Amino acid sequence: MSEPDTPAASPAITLPATGLARLGARAAPLVCLLLQPLLGRIVGQVASRHPELFDRLGEHRTTDYVIDPLDLPFALHLRPDPRALVLRAVPRDREPVAGATIRGRFLLLLQLVDAQEDGDAVFFSRDLTVTGNTEAVVRLRNALDDMDGSLAEETAAMFGAPGRAVLAQLRRRYEDQAGGTLA
Amino acid sequence: MTQAELVCPAGTPAALRTAVDAGADAVYCGFRNATNARNFPGLNFTPEELAEAVAYAHRGGAKVLLALNTYPPAGKTALWREAAETGARLGVDAFIVADMGVADHVARTHPGTRLHLSVQAAASSPEAIRYYCESFGVRRVVLPRILTIPEIRAIRKEIPCEIETFVFGNHGLMVEGRCSLTNYVTGQSTNMDGVCSPASDVEYVRSADGSMSSCLGGVTIDRFAPDEKAGYPTICKGRYLAPHRAEGYYAFEEPVSLNLARMLPELVAAGVHAFKIEGRQRSKSYVRSVVSAFRRAVDDIRAGVAPDLADLVALTEGQKETQGAFRTKKWR
Repeated sequence: MSEPDTPAASPAITLPATGLARLGARAAPLVCLLLQPLLGRIVGQVASRHPELFDRLGEHRTTDYVIDPLDLPFALHLRPDPRALVLRAVPRDREPVAGATIRGRFLLLLQLVDAQEDGDAVFFSRDLTVTGNTEAVVRLRNALDDMDGSLAEETAAMFGAPGRAVLAQLRRRYEDQAGGTLA
Repeated sequence: MTQAELVCPAGTPAALRTAVDAGADAVYCGFRNATNARNFPGLNFTPEELAEAVAYAHRGGAKVLLALNTYPPAGKTALWREAAETGARLGVDAFIVADMGVADHVARTHPGTRLHLSVQAAASSPEAIRYYCESFGVRRVVLPRILTIPEIRAIRKEIPCEIETFVFGNHGLMVEGRCSLTNYVTGQSTNMDGVCSPASDVEYVRSADGSMSSCLGGVTIDRFAPDEKAGYPTICKGRYLAPHRAEGYYAFEEPVSLNLARMLPELVAAGVHAFKIEGRQRSKSYVRSVVSAFRRAVDDIRAGVAPDLADLVALTEGQKETQGAFRTKKWR
């Protein structure tokens, strides 16, 4: 699978006024370092609460996914192997060789993970970009979509009232920016 | 007035629960194998999941229709026999079949379960439909998306079974169950393996100018400009260069979705018993939005008032919608 270039953000995509976005690429290594304990905790919790999702991933449990929130100064590296889970933030110039890459605005990606947006629809609209192994992407999408409840809310709840407040703010911002279809 | 049953897609157990909660009268689904025509990676049900799904649907007053709508290769029927046996044991409300051999087997072995004729059988004439009804006891036919409403009304008068029509989703116009385009390029069969444009053979390539090419089995089937809406990577909806055309053009079909929301009253009047929403490969979000919208519309029709129709264009392929042949044969 080829990925001939590093695509630029779509002109339609605007930076959310998040602190992370304002930090810029130079601060990315530090941000990634600070985020790591948080990401490790999140992925561990998700895996323990939703072990069924690994079944739908099949052989792509060992695929390296790069999930690239275009409006943040770093990408996420996910390897959903239940025996050795990896979720880490990586500066863009240190991304691993990806089996599959998924790019979009951060809030859109959050909505997709939470099954609040339809992956095909945002692919049709070109708000989501997929490169690399398409089957890996389809399997990840279907695995996440079969999960009950809200991953975002579960994650927010891990951090108590402040976590829930941040999530509520992010969702409001998504609705304001994109005319989102939150149910 | 016919019942106007709402038949909804489910690619996963969570999608099935979403469909039931959103008001589906029936949900159709399939096993994780070649017995159904949406045999996509990470999709579909294990027998254990189907057992729980049937229980959930029945508690919610919805039926479960099991798609066994592919064609077994000669001499390799065990998978289909096993799927039918499992479905009957788990209490599905109907089998959706396309192949005559599968229909015959189910009719003989599981006579207590209804048989629906899949669109994959491409039965579009009264003679063909009557044959399936008389030979195998088919109780409902899913009509191909190539007929006008007057044609549907005429067929209804000549057949002894219910009619189900697609009302939203993929606008497939090939002679369904006979399409070999995927097989030609990838070696896998839509009709026997259940895979149209298998994801393992699909590749999206972005160029420096922001354009995107979609490829299947190494064959470029479309190229989208940076801001152009995209469609599914299927050969039938590809855009091709040809000597008699100055630019690439859609040689077979276009990336556009069917949406008959505004024609529901006419379909009911024509004698359509059930409205089918396409999209087992789509997300819970799609299922929730589309099923809810059509639930409200069908309830309005049943109550004798003009339906309140939600705008669903954001969920359509290519973000374009059509009433296709249902409105006129000159739809394109």
